[in-house]
Amino acid sequence: MQTRNKGWGDPLILAPVVMIIVLTGPLLAGLAGVVLPAIGYFPSLGGNQITTEFMREVTLKPGFWHSVHLSIWIGLATTFISLALVTSFFASSRGTTLFNRITRFVSPLMSVPHAAAAFGFAFLIAPSGWLVRLVSPWATGFDHPPDWLIINDPMGQALLFGLVLKEIPFLFLVALSVSSQINVDERLQVARSLGYGRVWAWFTVVFPALYKQMRLPVYAVIAYATSVVDVSLILGPNFPAMLPVQLLRWMNDPELEMRFVAAAGAVWQLGATLFAILVWRLGEELVAYMGRRATINGHRHQNDRWFRFSANTLITGVVIISLLSFVILAIWSLAGFWRFPDALPVQFTSKKWIASAGALWVPVINAMLIAATATSISLFLTIACLENEYRRDIEFTPAALRILYLPLIVPQIAFLFGISVLLVRIGWDGSFWPVALAHSIFVLPYVFLSLAAPFRSFDRRYLRVATSLGQSQNRALLAVRLPMLLKPILLATALGMAISIAQYLPTLLIGAGRVPTITTEAVALAAGGDRRLIGVYALVQTLLPAIGFLAAVMIPRLTYPNRKFFR
Amino acid sequence: MLNKIVAAASALTLLALPSASLAEDVDPSNWPAVVEAAKGQEVYFNAWGGAPNINAYIAWVGEQVQDKYGVTLNHVKLDDTANAVNRVVTEKAAGRNEGGSVDLIWINGENFASMKRQGLLIDDNWSEKLPNYQFADIEGKPTLTYDFTVPVDGQESPWGMAQLTFYYDSAWLETPPKNLEDLAQWVEENPGRFTYAAPPNFIGTTFLKQVLYGVVEDQSILRQPAEDADFDTVTAPLWGYLDRLKPNLWRKGEVYASDTTQLKNLLADGEIGIAMTFNPGEASSAIKQQELPDSVRSFVLDYGSMGNSHFVTIPYNANAKAGAMVVADFLLSAEAQARKADENIWGDPTVLNINALPAEGKALFDALERGPATLAADQFGATLLEPDASWAVKLEEEWAKRYVRSN
Repeated sequence: MQTRNKGWGDPLILAPVVMIIVLTGPLLAGLAGVVLPAIGYFPSLGGNQITTEFMREVTLKPGFWHSVHLSIWIGLATTFISLALVTSFFASSRGTTLFNRITRFVSPLMSVPHAAAAFGFAFLIAPSGWLVRLVSPWATGFDHPPDWLIINDPMGQALLFGLVLKEIPFLFLVALSVSSQINVDERLQVARSLGYGRVWAWFTVVFPALYKQMRLPVYAVIAYATSVVDVSLILGPNFPAMLPVQLLRWMNDPELEMRFVAAAGAVWQLGATLFAILVWRLGEELVAYMGRRATINGHRHQNDRWFRFSANTLITGVVIISLLSFVILAIWSLAGFWRFPDALPVQFTSKKWIASAGALWVPVINAMLIAATATSISLFLTIACLENEYRRDIEFTPAALRILYLPLIVPQIAFLFGISVLLVRIGWDGSFWPVALAHSIFVLPYVFLSLAAPFRSFDRRYLRVATSLGQSQNRALLAVRLPMLLKPILLATALGMAISIAQYLPTLLIGAGRVPTITTEAVALAAGGDRRLIGVYALVQTLLPAIGFLAAVMIPRLTYPNRKFFR
Repeated sequence: MLNKIVAAASALTLLALPSASLAEDVDPSNWPAVVEAAKGQEVYFNAWGGAPNINAYIAWVGEQVQDKYGVTLNHVKLDDTANAVNRVVTEKAAGRNEGGSVDLIWINGENFASMKRQGLLIDDNWSEKLPNYQFADIEGKPTLTYDFTVPVDGQESPWGMAQLTFYYDSAWLETPPKNLEDLAQWVEENPGRFTYAAPPNFIGTTFLKQVLYGVVEDQSILRQPAEDADFDTVTAPLWGYLDRLKPNLWRKGEVYASDTTQLKNLLADGEIGIAMTFNPGEASSAIKQQELPDSVRSFVLDYGSMGNSHFVTIPYNANAKAGAMVVADFLLSAEAQARKADENIWGDPTVLNINALPAEGKALFDALERGPATLAADQFGATLLEPDASWAVKLEEEWAKRYVRSN
């Protein structure tokens, strides 16, 4: 066997190209499929004239501007609160026992699908929810649930807090991973030795470096929160709804002309998301300016106990609320008749589980097949790209990183609608492969980001030993590097599967309702639906990714029981 | 070249892409041929998926048609039937006149009217040629031939009957309201304890029509197209009534329920005191499922209540027409209809003339029991026929203008 050189003969050279096409191709096609109808061009529907009529018409729909404001507000507020809580907690407690305890919960919470978390949250905080039940009637005097507008409130506060619960684990993990790359302890030591308080030291010397690397994930959170559909359907306002929910309704309207209006609305959605990111960008400058002013005034802010106490309490609260959400889902899935204000159902029954077993089969299998396909594609491309990087000794540029984040920053609803229109034209909508490929667009960035660091930091001497023994680079990859990277590969797989399982819009729009997954079925039950059944579906939805993460932890232990390195 | 790529790609697909069927005509008057053609077909049944008991019933239908005819039934769960209409419209616009992705739709009213008007349905009077159609109660149930005043013309097959029915917890309310004035007074005395579903959800739209019938001076005007009437004048008392309710509605009318299932949950929690449904058997059915307390009872308003029928229809470009017809026929069978009418299962009234059925079919219905919360046949009062389909659209638009915040 001969060692292959880094020539053009190596097919790996194509990997980055394929990856860029996978990430940007559907995006561009989808955007074209939205922008053209928005300006009146849609020949099969008789739209041949370029016009701004639809862009204007959509703004006349009842509640349009309110929807736009809501989307921007929810996007910015969710991101601000989540980031503030996460950074405050890092500043207050990194390295403490509490921090390590919280960290253990964060990964599992991250893998929970948004919709399941939203259902649990709704069952907790509604006026007839568990929290009110637990204190009624003995503390509140309520025999009937109070007439409080909590869920679906017009200002979207329930939605805001539901999103915050889910974005905190995400930003937490990002911050954790970035922290390991920026010498946090050395920086802190210097600042602390100059007499700065723990929190203030962190914010002055760690935060700027940390945020610099967190910026793209933060933008992804803004984009997600301005355009989220599934959580909005469950917790969000209805009259009017968030812009993305309105868009979905218009897209489904039987009047053909509404197709143009929906496309125009999607362009407005792009604008709303972009506007939110711009506002955030300005905010960044403002914070940086104020930060610089504050650091040179000499205050050491040594007394930060109150701050640390609040940050710790809030994060602990978030974790507890998230955990309670699952307890309440489990209770509802087993509940018999449950009269308000009883704290627990009178009877428990497994009837719903037994009755749902048959109906759950197809959506669970679909979800698993789609997740497995999308994750395999993503893993293959990721490994090919990273190996190509290694063999050709090239660096991943910041521009490439931006491409990677593109599908996470452009609102899903804006380009998936365009893709679905194209697919209908060629008759490929509503089938397995388009759905799985659409999922790959969103799975690939996560798989890449999760695998890149361990892959790059792999000790190259192992590979040199292999090649110096006459093995090809391919064999060195397959027989040495990949087996030794088993654990990170499995973790990336589990993450990819979790991301795919949670996808709602790609499954709905590309699958045309004909490829139901556990997530589309669960969201279809909606917050007002049968709570016992929602409990069953949301728990199954949560368990699927959990099984993946469990397998990722267990498989290396079972495969290499005696080798510490692999675990 | 392109064809080759497409062919290769299709060969790779794990789950088959919808294959374009040959443009053979399916003729229901030659029923054995239909049954033969249906064997092995996959039928995508687009039906509202918001009620678990109905989903379970459809799943049962799937098992039956699989066993009996070798037809695979896939329930595409919709939150709004308009979505299915939208798909067919899109496919027609894209030129896909065969091998469409929708085979069967649960439908009535404005969606049917819209599909019929746009020529999106099979127009050879297929439903009247189904073998089980002979037992449908055409004479006793005028809504089987006129769907919201639109002639059915054999373009949709009857499935079930609906009548707007209110229900309440008798442990809370001693006597339910009898008319709109009683209802408004109850709402005023019990602020925050009544709501309806937001139109265009069907139960919400139906509530608007029910109120409209109660306040309109000349009911006959509603049977004409809304465009012919002075909409604002005719509907002014309706908006007046709703405005009167609004400040004392659940959540002060800031939000409304999303559908009948949520109304049921709200009543179960004691958030509201009166709920409504289109299915007269729903309350009893829910008591059996431990979803409502057994003190729940039903009532109707004294001036009659909105009644209609619901149907299944087949789009002109359906991929599995024969399979869809076999399913539509099975839905009309005494076996399927009796199971649907069973309050332990669903509780949806039958479209069949029970007395015309063969003895064993009739026996299935005779065996059914009426639950504690279901009204007896003579308690239902008059059936108010659906207004012309155009009213629903205008009422929904006007409601959105008035009650959706716009700032």
